[in-house]
Amino acid sequence: MDLALVVVIQVLYGIASLVIVSAGLAVIFGMMKVINLAHGEFLMLGGYSVVMAVQFGINLWIAIFIVAPIAVGLVGIVLERLVIRRLYGRMVDTMLATWGLSLLLIGIVTSVFGNTTAGISTPLGSFRVGGYSVSVYTLLIIAVAVVLGLALRAVLTKTQFGLIARGTMQNPAMADALGISPSKVYSATFAVGAALSGLAGGLLAPLTGVVPTMGAAFVAKAFITVIGGGPAILTGLASAAGFFGAINQVATFLSTPVFGEVALLLAAIVMLRLLPQGITGRFFKGSL
Amino acid sequence: MQRRHFLKSTGAGAAALAGGSGLLLPYAALAADEIAIGSIHDLSGGLDIYGKPMADALTLALEEQNAAGGLLGRKLRLATYDPQSNMQLYTQFAQQAALKDKVAVVHGGITSASREVIRPVLDRSKTLYFYNTQYEGGVCDRNIFCTGVTPAQTVGKLVPYAMKKWGKKIYVVAADYNYGQITSQWVKKFAQENGGSTVAIEFFPLDVTNFGPTISKIEAAKPDMLFSALVGGAHISFYRQWAAAGLNKKIPLASSTFGGGNEQIVLSAEEANGYLLSYNYFETIATPANKDFLARFHKRFGADYPCVTELAMGTYQGFKLWAEGVTKAGSIETPKMIAALESGISIDAPSGKVTIDPQTHHCILNVSLAEVKDKKFNILENYAQQAPSDTSAVCDLKKNPRDNQQYVIKA
Amino acid sequence: MTLHGFTTSWKSAAATLALGLVLLAALPSVLDDYTLLQVTIYLVMSVLAVSLGFIWGFSGILCFGQAAFFGLGAYTYAIAVVNLNDSTVPLLLSIAVPALFAAALGYVIFYGRLSDVYMGVITLTVTLILFNLVNSTAGPEWKIGNAPLGGFNGIPAIPPLNWPGDIDATITPRGMFNLSFGVLLAVYAGLRWLIASRIGHVIIAIKENEQRAQLLGYDARAYKLFAFTLGGAIAGLAGCLFANWGAFTSPTIFGLAQSAQIIIWVIVGGLGTLVGPVVGCMLIQWLTTQIGTQQTFNSNLVLGAILVVFVLLVPRGLVPSLGDLLAKLFQRRPAVPAEPVGRVEKGRA
Repeated sequence: MDLALVVVIQVLYGIASLVIVSAGLAVIFGMMKVINLAHGEFLMLGGYSVVMAVQFGINLWIAIFIVAPIAVGLVGIVLERLVIRRLYGRMVDTMLATWGLSLLLIGIVTSVFGNTTAGISTPLGSFRVGGYSVSVYTLLIIAVAVVLGLALRAVLTKTQFGLIARGTMQNPAMADALGISPSKVYSATFAVGAALSGLAGGLLAPLTGVVPTMGAAFVAKAFITVIGGGPAILTGLASAAGFFGAINQVATFLSTPVFGEVALLLAAIVMLRLLPQGITGRFFKGSL
Repeated sequence: MQRRHFLKSTGAGAAALAGGSGLLLPYAALAADEIAIGSIHDLSGGLDIYGKPMADALTLALEEQNAAGGLLGRKLRLATYDPQSNMQLYTQFAQQAALKDKVAVVHGGITSASREVIRPVLDRSKTLYFYNTQYEGGVCDRNIFCTGVTPAQTVGKLVPYAMKKWGKKIYVVAADYNYGQITSQWVKKFAQENGGSTVAIEFFPLDVTNFGPTISKIEAAKPDMLFSALVGGAHISFYRQWAAAGLNKKIPLASSTFGGGNEQIVLSAEEANGYLLSYNYFETIATPANKDFLARFHKRFGADYPCVTELAMGTYQGFKLWAEGVTKAGSIETPKMIAALESGISIDAPSGKVTIDPQTHHCILNVSLAEVKDKKFNILENYAQQAPSDTSAVCDLKKNPRDNQQYVIKA
Repeated sequence: MTLHGFTTSWKSAAATLALGLVLLAALPSVLDDYTLLQVTIYLVMSVLAVSLGFIWGFSGILCFGQAAFFGLGAYTYAIAVVNLNDSTVPLLLSIAVPALFAAALGYVIFYGRLSDVYMGVITLTVTLILFNLVNSTAGPEWKIGNAPLGGFNGIPAIPPLNWPGDIDATITPRGMFNLSFGVLLAVYAGLRWLIASRIGHVIIAIKENEQRAQLLGYDARAYKLFAFTLGGAIAGLAGCLFANWGAFTSPTIFGLAQSAQIIIWVIVGGLGTLVGPVVGCMLIQWLTTQIGTQQTFNSNLVLGAILVVFVLLVPRGLVPSLGDLLAKLFQRRPAVPAEPVGRVEKGRA
């Protein structure tokens, strides 16, 4: 009984962490069809911002929820201006340029910070579920994922900015004709996507080590989740994360983390074979 | 039309191929008087947390030797290569060190995988090889000298001590490659020899960061202690998640690898306190020789250098042993160096006396047992002059000088 | 137009091959043993680069996981030669097994009508699956016949190729160089011939406009499957050569980093050509080695900067851009200056 509850919590955590990690990529890919392979490095920068901020004495929560997103959002704006902007419409070229950016960022961070950095321990302690300890932080991640999803939905459907963004995504030429500057919208969207990735990195910093190469572990999974989700941003993200996250955690429980990974990857292949346009290419059509 | 295309393609192809081969022509040789020493350590990529301190220690040792007049009246020069945690580059750089830069000795290789990749290359080109990382034991090859500790020396002390302190049921988590596989077998053997047992042994590839389900499984098994042979940057997340679940206060932990990558600095004091370790070297060894060494090290690399790791000290000691051998041999010809190194070489190192065992080409050295306390090591026990008994059980280079393999020591 | 002309003219193929043969004969006497060894690995990787250059540049298939076939070839050779001792069958197997795997995977992809992004994801996941699986085979229970898979450590001390029938006549480093260069030239010649043939024309047509090709009656899926399988076979052969060069193989061969490297070679060298990937591969490999021998700049930093610069400034890659440059230099001046329409001569009403 206890074990069942712990498994459920772990599964929800798996889904939640996939949601958080992929949200930034989903926004950027869903809105602008840009495959940002530097996504993992945005996560890494978020992690480093939190560590640095805490070392400067800033409160951990402010560091995670405010400092990290803003810092990485700014980096996103700069990169978009310098590099991504010139490559819109050229999907393969953006993939390669962002791959180059990812290597560049890893190199810069390694040169500046070195490879051994003091990290932060996980806050909030743990609680008992029968014979098992569960970290409270896990529950926090689940909560944040839910709030994030709802907030994104609210912003996209209820605010002016969301409306403009969706309009530009659907038909940039028309939006342009109506007086909205698509390049400004793209800039802002890229910044938001980067900020989301920064937030994810900040949230993960207490759980995994903060090293320059930490992004590599997440980029493939985020990529698979976003593409598997299909054209709709939020529903796609939620459904894909739910599907893959559950399979991953359950498989890990039944065997080892390696087979958990393999199960996720196999599920991705099978799913893409059956649903070549992603989940929301077939189900939940027309949703956000 | 035809001519343009013809010229374009040939021109481009020619320029490229010729330019490419031109770039590869060997450039000027090194100064005729210098002795070159190869350093092949990962300075980037996932294993750089181990490689960088090792390369630094080697640099210090070399500079000290040069300041004392070099070797055989010649100055020493370090040829540093960074294989970027990539096996292909390990092979390439071993070839370069041996064939192009013609080094007198190679100090390098971190994981056993990288060692096994360059050992044959250096064997073939008859370049002396010093492997200075702690590993799972069993390499039997006249061309190599292993100065790192092996399971009999450390794990053999750690497991009984931990069992006496904490209890008899051990849960083992280990990195999934031959170091982790073999070391966990040794843990099982030592556990059984002392009346205990290993409840379970789990392996994790080097890039795993998701330990949540594993931690629940460990709890379900209710062991008395945990033994960790986890390796690398990604595995640090295990210790983090372990502490996040509050389990570092409930189930004690001993490790044969913790600290090798300065994990005790990356984690907070709260997270790592109480972890039991066993190595040849700890920074907190209180001998005058060590204090003097640390003073020199910090002078060279800065007072805020994280920590001199076991692996770094292994490299420093490996260099010193090699220098002794060269002085005794009076030459840098490989057969002569090997003969000298086999004739009973000892040095007084910061960790104490280190002697090369001629039979196995491994080292007899001091071993200490320590616990992590507030990001530093609190030494609890000292064991003097431990012999590499696991390797000597299977390897005798005096009787079989042509032996050339790694014995997988069955526990 | 220019690129098309270049790639289909038999004269350029002949010239490149001739140049290659000259180098093959000349280099061993010019370079020393060590440099020859380095050139050999560059050549082996060039074969791999050409395989992706072919399926991407001429068939329009962006495969994110070409390293999967490379790794399969290396591992197949290693396992087979450890078990069989003579290397002839292992060599053939190292081509056949990846080809079969590519055929199976290609069937799933092309007959499932997956388009480029989704195909990229699937090929990526396949190579990740292989990596994860092979990486976790370190335990002693994982062996095929006599060959332990070794997990992260890989398979060390792989016996080299030998003359068919004579186990002791193993290949020398110089022989390895000759073989690798020979294979590269043979693959190049074979692919050029294929591209110039009818099948090649159909493949290129499918890449340019799949719908139109289908409307003309060609089954795009079958042709793409053929190209993909061929690419997989070539990559597998490169894997076999790699296992011979280094006498080892390890799971990182399947990794994300290796796949990304291959893509970078093709992009830097020039998509749409066969010489381009070779040039890109050699350049990047040489750079990576050089970076590893100096300490000033972090290797990731340099490679990342190069990639970004290339994508922004030299998007077509080195060889096409170089070719255009040379074409401009040798361009004949037009015989008659171009006249704008409706121009009135001076002095006339």
